[in-house]
Amino acid sequence: MPADPHSRRPAVGEGPLTRVALIGLAILFLAAFLALPLAAVFSQALAKGVGAFIKGLTDPDALQAVKLTLMVAVIAVPLNLVFGVAASWAIAKFQFRGKSLLLALIDLPFSVSPVISGLVYVLLFGLHGTFGPWLRDHGVQIIFAVPGVVLATVFVTFPFVARELIPLMQEQGVEDEEAAIVLGASGWQTFRLVTLPNIRWGLLYGVLLCNARAMGEFGAVSVVSGHIRGKTNTMPLHVEILYNEYNFVAAFAVASLLALLALVTLAAKAALEWRFADQIAAAKR
Amino acid sequence: MTAAVSTGGVKPAKRGRGFLAPTILPGFGTAFGFTLFYLCLIVLIPLGHMVLVSAGVGWTRFWAITLAPRVLHAFYISFGCAFVAALVNAVFGLIVAWVLVRYRFPGRRIIDAMVDLPFALPTSVAGIALTAIYAPNGWVGAFAKAAGFKIAFTPLGIIIALVFVGLPFIVRTVEPVLQDLDAEVEEAAASLGATRWQTFSKVLLPAILPALLTGIALAFARGVGEYGSVIFIAGNIPAVSEIVPLLIVARLEQYDYAGATIIATAMLGLSFLLLLAINFLQRWTRSRHAR
Repeated sequence: MPADPHSRRPAVGEGPLTRVALIGLAILFLAAFLALPLAAVFSQALAKGVGAFIKGLTDPDALQAVKLTLMVAVIAVPLNLVFGVAASWAIAKFQFRGKSLLLALIDLPFSVSPVISGLVYVLLFGLHGTFGPWLRDHGVQIIFAVPGVVLATVFVTFPFVARELIPLMQEQGVEDEEAAIVLGASGWQTFRLVTLPNIRWGLLYGVLLCNARAMGEFGAVSVVSGHIRGKTNTMPLHVEILYNEYNFVAAFAVASLLALLALVTLAAKAALEWRFADQIAAAKR
Repeated sequence: MTAAVSTGGVKPAKRGRGFLAPTILPGFGTAFGFTLFYLCLIVLIPLGHMVLVSAGVGWTRFWAITLAPRVLHAFYISFGCAFVAALVNAVFGLIVAWVLVRYRFPGRRIIDAMVDLPFALPTSVAGIALTAIYAPNGWVGAFAKAAGFKIAFTPLGIIIALVFVGLPFIVRTVEPVLQDLDAEVEEAAASLGATRWQTFSKVLLPAILPALLTGIALAFARGVGEYGSVIFIAGNIPAVSEIVPLLIVARLEQYDYAGATIIATAMLGLSFLLLLAINFLQRWTRSRHAR
């Protein structure tokens, strides 16, 4: 307790000068490392005027890249969503041996370089890979084609939904579900009517992060895609190709679309956290 | 989906042989089975297959490839730059987390949301944006050029890219720990006559340290493997600013599958060793602090 009742300073804490200096330092650092790159994307995209910007975005190859990016996300995100729900149901609602090992293995894709995430599939399905000759004889192409892009994206976004759901479902415990089962609900009813409403915001949160990474993945996809313009190019890859061709305005125009997606993701995430926070508080009560 | 098993009432758990604790909840078999199947299919088999392929190459070639000067230098750059970037982030990430948790000021919420930008922004976008800023004709690069040094196309540029990528890892791991700290401990320290700095370095820092180390480890691991945000700003000059992931891609493009696989396996092994070491360091700090 402050000895002097007129003092505005709490018992512990920094002086106003240190406070201002620390806030200033933090803002300066974030401005230099976060705001500046974001500003650079938009200013470079509009460097030659709105006309050039729109021309870069409406180029057929760019549109094709947008289409492929959306398609890959539409396949990869639901797959990892189903996995995330299954994994968190098994891990959060049951006690079994080897759980921490399973948790560590689910996190594995996070500590693997994106380049390696692509490479593992090239070694399996590439022309010189283990199943390459067999696939070629049967007319199936995975590497340098869309299936490879989807596989690599699934790998890098693998843990996102599971990671959000597991701690949330662990915290919520099993009492609600046990009550539902005792009252005669089926397993599916219990999940749909009891568990799902409790985890929907966490689920949405995980899907949001998973989707942002799925649409933005570069390294893994770059290894398996073969960079075929208008065919296996996702938006992040298209940005690279345009940039390497010194077509900077078009590169930054496509990049600005991705930056916009990132900003929308952040805004939605912040909104969810706000919602989500009082939901968790309600669950704790 | 997961709990598709219809039980129609109370059903005692059948699997009670020590692996699964008894429960009345259904659906473990389906959920666990699917989890394991999908994990093996997407992650474990492909990764294990890569390790097997590299094991088939033999030790002599393994060392010949990994100990080549160009490869060694790439390892030095990748691990070195990731380490320096993680340290820079440890200092500034701690300051950012501190400011966000402890102070209230206008714009705090926006700044809090912005911290996750590196998670949400595609790496290739970050890469070309940073290059545009730090290249000799860029906003910051021009100043550096006038001062007589280069940022982009040198290891310094790589470090800047990795600082960008790693920042949220530190802030987001330290933040919850800072929030949970008891104010009483600080008050006790202050009432016993400690200065604010003493309270911070002797009382607060030891409590934050395990979380900080976790954050450093995460940022470091991400930095070592990072590709998209680095390749543009690095310039990829062999034996100057070439990173390991780029080397792997270059080998693949030359259809040198063995070379790419061996370098990748070596990198995977090294990162795991380092993560293991940091894990031990963390346990040691935690147990020391608990005493």
